[in-house]
Amino acid sequence: MSKLVRMDRTGHTTLAEWQTGDAEAVEAAVEAFRRELDRGYLAMVSTGPGHAEQVRELPVDADLVILRLPISGG
Amino acid sequence: MAVEALPEVATVHWRPRANAARLRTSGRLWTLTTVAHVVPFLAAAGALLALQPITLPVAFVCVAHAWIIPALYAQRGANVVRPRPRGDGAAERTALGLLADRVGHDARELHARTGLVPEPGRLGTWLVGEAGALLVTDRGRRVFCWCVRVNDPELPSADRIAHLLLALRADEEGFATVANLAFSGAPWRVRRRLSKTMRPALEAGAVAESSRGDHRSFTPA
Repeated sequence: MSKLVRMDRTGHTTLAEWQTGDAEAVEAAVEAFRRELDRGYLAMVSTGPGHAEQVRELPVDADLVILRLPISGG
Repeated sequence: MAVEALPEVATVHWRPRANAARLRTSGRLWTLTTVAHVVPFLAAAGALLALQPITLPVAFVCVAHAWIIPALYAQRGANVVRPRPRGDGAAERTALGLLADRVGHDARELHARTGLVPEPGRLGTWLVGEAGALLVTDRGRRVFCWCVRVNDPELPSADRIAHLLLALRADEEGFATVANLAFSGAPWRVRRRLSKTMRPALEAGAVAESSRGDHRSFTPA
């Protein structure tokens, strides 16, 4: 089961869960993904130990997609 | 491997992209600046005493300046990882679970003890806090203190760290470009100004950095 998770004030919120064969769930996840990107979130997936990558389209085969806010110098 | 630049780098387009060579130069400039602050005051104190011993109080003020100015810079560096007030307990626990899944056992343990998450990088060993990060380089002989944060102060502490960690893992040099450099110098100057609970993290970072071959021990297999 793949998950789309947003890091927020509650700790994190699971926005969508899907399996690659479930077209309806994937479509809902893609919609949720785009909505969050429009709100200014950035989507990240792990690409191995100590590595992550920003994605602009929902990687349907990823186990976990994390949405984060932009960072800035303090 | 080509790394896509962090989108946040565009917000500081005037800055040259950070890399190991620029960091070395920056570190040397910080050392030179420290010397430029200390030496004139000490020289003035020495000259005053040599010329007229009655100027001892003024010489004392000069020595105090030579000590205080570098100390203030080092304090500024230590402040980047100063713990912030914690919010809602349930949110903190939820956020901590997500962060714990992203790091290895050693990093989890160090975070639980110190509040900082170690992360090996190509530039050195990072210690990521809620609103800043320390970068230990030069085999543990230098630390860079970066002020960097996620733009939502209401986020749980572990979430703020996770935001920084993900950005760091996506583009380490971009992360160092976006962050504001607050201090660079010898780790002992920062260590003594960190809270006692955080000091072991800096020590662990220095040890990891001094034996670069063991870097990956912080990362989950």
